[in-house]
Amino acid sequence: MSTTLRLDGREIPFTPGQTIMDAALAVGVYIPHLCHNPDYAPHGSCRVCMVGVNGRLVSACTTAALDGMTVESNTETIAATRRSIVQLLFVEGNHVCPACERSGSCQLQAVAYYVGMLSPHFPQCFPQRPVDASHPDFMIDFNRCILCELCVRASRDHDHKRVFAVSGRGLASHLVIDSPSGLLGDSQFAASDRAAQVCPTGAILPKHRGYEQPIGQRLYDQAPISVVGDLRAQPGGD
Amino acid sequence: MLSRGVIDVSAKPRIATASLCGCFGCHTSLLDIDERILQLVDLVEFDCSPLTDIKTVGDCDLGLIEGGVANTENLEVLRAFRRHCRTLVAVGACAVNGGIPAMRNAFALRECLEESYVRGVGVYHPGIPRDPEIPLLLDRVHPIHEVVKVDYFLPGCPPSAETLWTFLTAWLSGEPIAFSYHQIHYD
Amino acid sequence: MGEPVNSQVQAFVARSLDLRGLAPEQLLQHLIAVQQQFGWVPPAAVHALAAALDVAHAQVRAAVAFYAFLHDQPRGDFDILFSDNITDRMLGNQRLVGLLAERLGLGLNETRADGRVTIGLTSCTGMCDQGPALLVNGQAVTALTAARVDRIADLVDEGVPLARWPGAFFRVADNIRRCGLLLSNPVTDGASLRRLLENGADTALTELERSGLRGRGGAGFTTALKWRFCREAEGGDRTVPRFVVCNADEGEPGTFKDRVLLTSYTDLVFEGMTLCAGVIGARLGFLYLRGEYRYLVPHLESVLARRRAEGLLGKGILGQPDFDFDIAIHLGAGAYICGEESALIESLEGKRGVTRKRPPFPVISGYQDRPTVVNNVETFLAAARVVQWGGYWLRGEGTDQSAGSKILSVSGDCARPGIYEYPFGTPVHRVLTDCGAGEVQAVQVSGAAGTTLAPAEFDRLLAFEDLPTAGSFMIFDRSRDLLELVRNFAAFFAHESCGFCTPCRVGTALLRNLVEKVAAGQASAHDLQELRDIGPLMRQASYCGLGHTAPNHVLNTLDKFPAIYQRHLRSADYSPSFDLDAALGCARALTGRDGVADHVEEEA
Ligand SMILES: Cc1cc2nc3c(=O)[nH]c(=O)nc-3n(C[C@H](O)[C@H](O)[C@H](O)COP(=O)(O)O)c2cc1C
Ligand code: SF4
Ligand code: SF4
Ligand code: SF4
Ligand code: FES
Ligand code: FES
Repeated sequence: MSTTLRLDGREIPFTPGQTIMDAALAVGVYIPHLCHNPDYAPHGSCRVCMVGVNGRLVSACTTAALDGMTVESNTETIAATRRSIVQLLFVEGNHVCPACERSGSCQLQAVAYYVGMLSPHFPQCFPQRPVDASHPDFMIDFNRCILCELCVRASRDHDHKRVFAVSGRGLASHLVIDSPSGLLGDSQFAASDRAAQVCPTGAILPKHRGYEQPIGQRLYDQAPISVVGDLRAQPGGD
Repeated sequence: MLSRGVIDVSAKPRIATASLCGCFGCHTSLLDIDERILQLVDLVEFDCSPLTDIKTVGDCDLGLIEGGVANTENLEVLRAFRRHCRTLVAVGACAVNGGIPAMRNAFALRECLEESYVRGVGVYHPGIPRDPEIPLLLDRVHPIHEVVKVDYFLPGCPPSAETLWTFLTAWLSGEPIAFSYHQIHYD
Repeated sequence: MGEPVNSQVQAFVARSLDLRGLAPEQLLQHLIAVQQQFGWVPPAAVHALAAALDVAHAQVRAAVAFYAFLHDQPRGDFDILFSDNITDRMLGNQRLVGLLAERLGLGLNETRADGRVTIGLTSCTGMCDQGPALLVNGQAVTALTAARVDRIADLVDEGVPLARWPGAFFRVADNIRRCGLLLSNPVTDGASLRRLLENGADTALTELERSGLRGRGGAGFTTALKWRFCREAEGGDRTVPRFVVCNADEGEPGTFKDRVLLTSYTDLVFEGMTLCAGVIGARLGFLYLRGEYRYLVPHLESVLARRRAEGLLGKGILGQPDFDFDIAIHLGAGAYICGEESALIESLEGKRGVTRKRPPFPVISGYQDRPTVVNNVETFLAAARVVQWGGYWLRGEGTDQSAGSKILSVSGDCARPGIYEYPFGTPVHRVLTDCGAGEVQAVQVSGAAGTTLAPAEFDRLLAFEDLPTAGSFMIFDRSRDLLELVRNFAAFFAHESCGFCTPCRVGTALLRNLVEKVAAGQASAHDLQELRDIGPLMRQASYCGLGHTAPNHVLNTLDKFPAIYQRHLRSADYSPSFDLDAALGCARALTGRDGVADHVEEEA
């Protein structure tokens, strides 16, 4: 039995058990996302992938595809919702793109371009978050962390290490590192970990490798994320 | 859509520009439209701007603000622009979200000033300046929309000359403002 | 309390491990014990627990940072938390906080230099009918007056241990004002369990179905269906463990009826849980009790012990060889989100109380990923009676879609706050009349997450089809500024958001800031539009019910009581997001400048 759903009027096949996001990705239809990475269990926290089903908004990455389902993604109201959510992420942290090594190949930035964000709109929270540069090969700039928990999931489910966790609650939620000192340098983290590769932003960065690609030649300088896809899906990513 | 909202239709639209807490990069970018600057000068009248010698802003159709708000002088200029400009645009990362100067927000003002004027390298007469002529610093650097209403935002550090040109020509002609993918970037 | 010696901490943790075991699920319970003993969770305890339970250090620290009643810094010997619900405020708690702080010579959220005492605020402690209230080292003190606070200051200064404080301070009244189907009879002798054994689980489920009983915790899911789903999960395989969980988190501001049920109808609650266990085939159940009600633990334990002795709990219940079931009490530690059933299960497993992805629902995959029924306290009580007296008994009252009765927690401006039981379908004005409320300006139905009603709506009906309610009923008379309600609830949600999803984590903070801006007289029309835009974003895009309902009070009051905002607005249509002049305060202090030019004026 073949199962299909309609995404923005287009008939899309899927296999039972897939989410709306899985189904869309499989046929190359882009639904913006930040906390989703097909290699890990769906999470549903960023809320950037909201789509319309039966007049309600649901997250595409966690909602099971159903036969005959009608899904709206490419509408102006949904775009506005996504834009607001991305703006919330921007004001929550400290995103100084001009000074960020990830700029140009950052998924958060690329999604912001995709949803047409010209300004953060809301007042900045300007949280005070120190940078952890204790590890010889990698640094963590918590100012850029969007709490997508991809590093948490990669470290736990792939590296079997549990180097990362989210602590606190509400706006005080923050990423913490599992070591007696709380520093990355004292943890089990290694440059070869999958957790080193999954961050969609410039929060987890290799050291000694800043600004390698000239402006104009970086991943999302060329074409939008809806065309080139996720940073981590690139051959030889980083 | 942003309407040009010209004050006096018979006259050329007036434009004012200012640099608050920025690096003049956005103004430099404006000059990077190269020979098109001559076209622009034909089409508009420049009011108060670092590009002219006019020091206080008069009634204008468009105000372009570079830089964020870091001190009392920035505040005054920004408010004067808001009062006098029908349309006010945040130009560049610093005006849009504070930009590089807002990185000082990670520190208390005391730490910043002590680093510069007390402990800093090459400080001969340590002490935080108290001269009443110097604008007082805000405890944090803010984007301009946190102080006044802003009608449009042009991100970029700086926004490219093409982006500025696209904006200005669309605004002048009253067309909807639309950018190509390459024209919008945050760095 | 001063720094405990590491060896003391380790010895205490070792005892706790002996008592509660090495399962990682026990982490939160160990942490609560450590907090209780030392007044904080010292690093030595973090290390010892991480090692013994084989959980990451980061997970232990993350739990400490999540739960409001756990601390990674020492608190005072007397850790005093004033309940700060709007009802406490209406009863003058702010004056009392000020009084105590002044008497003891410290500020809010400070620990006195001698380590003797800390004063802070906490979300509603469920004593709204006898407030203002506080918690001292986790024990509830009610009916605060200036005299009582004065006496507390003396006791603290003299270092009198809590055990020797006047018993009257800790007295918690039931205040049952109106009894209906459920409250009129607290007595049970295991009748529903006998019914179950006589007639079988299918008959019990049929009676529950016939009764139309729906969950009393808020969402109103049909109880029979929930139990049946759980019974039939995993293809009905009886070897798969199943669990029963009683949701006694009662965190919704203004609710306190579960406290009364656990106090005076205890047997019926446990009987309902046991009944459920018999129906679904569970051998273990949990009572998840909010930390604010820890004073009830000895009473609850004694009832459990008696029921075991009576053969109503434990091995071979009522002599039935394969009917084994027991109940463990798990404490919460100050987190409203843990009332949400999947967050509750995370918390039961010892973790931060963050909502799980649903589906799968707990009936399929709950505690330890096993089929689990989570019901409200009142639901279990009603279920026990339904099976005892039959489905028609409940159907005899209420409306078509809302069978039976609802127990309300009534507080705020009225002569007789307390517990009222009404048939579903009762109009709001009836409750107002009965409790002696006059000059009513507004009623908040179903807590901070619920609905704000204006007088024109007082003929609406308390029922799932009109005004669904988990029981909270807070009354505001015309002397009140409803903006205070909005400020209180907005701060509540910003404090209680679990932080998992973007719209709720950031949105609750933005709403609170905007509401505070209104109250400070610094907001403009633009800010009201922002409130109107952020609210629906949270409603539509948040991950769980907390975020979906957190903006309700703002949106309701903007529509129904616009004047409470308008009268604080500036005439300008846009105003700065921060206080400009205050933002110069640091620079003025650092430079010693304070001239006219060193201040900013507001713009018209
Ligand atoms: C933020 C939030 C808090 C909740 N708090 C409680 C609570 O304190 N007590 C409760 O019984 N249900 C609470 N619920 C509802 C539970 O998730 C769940 O629906 C209920 O316990 C099911 O029991 P019932 O079917 O007997 O109502 C809450 C839900 C949410 C979203
Ligand atoms: S992480 Fe991305 S969005 Fe944030 S500063 Fe870096 S480039 Fe900009
Ligand atoms: S560090 Fe990166 S991967 Fe980890 S939670 Fe933050 S944004 Fe996500
Ligand atoms: S946007 Fe960039 S170039 Fe322009 S003022 Fe700011 S830092 Fe300088
Ligand atoms: S990608 Fe779906 S919620 Fe983050
Ligand atoms: S705060 Fe938990 S889902 Fe939003």
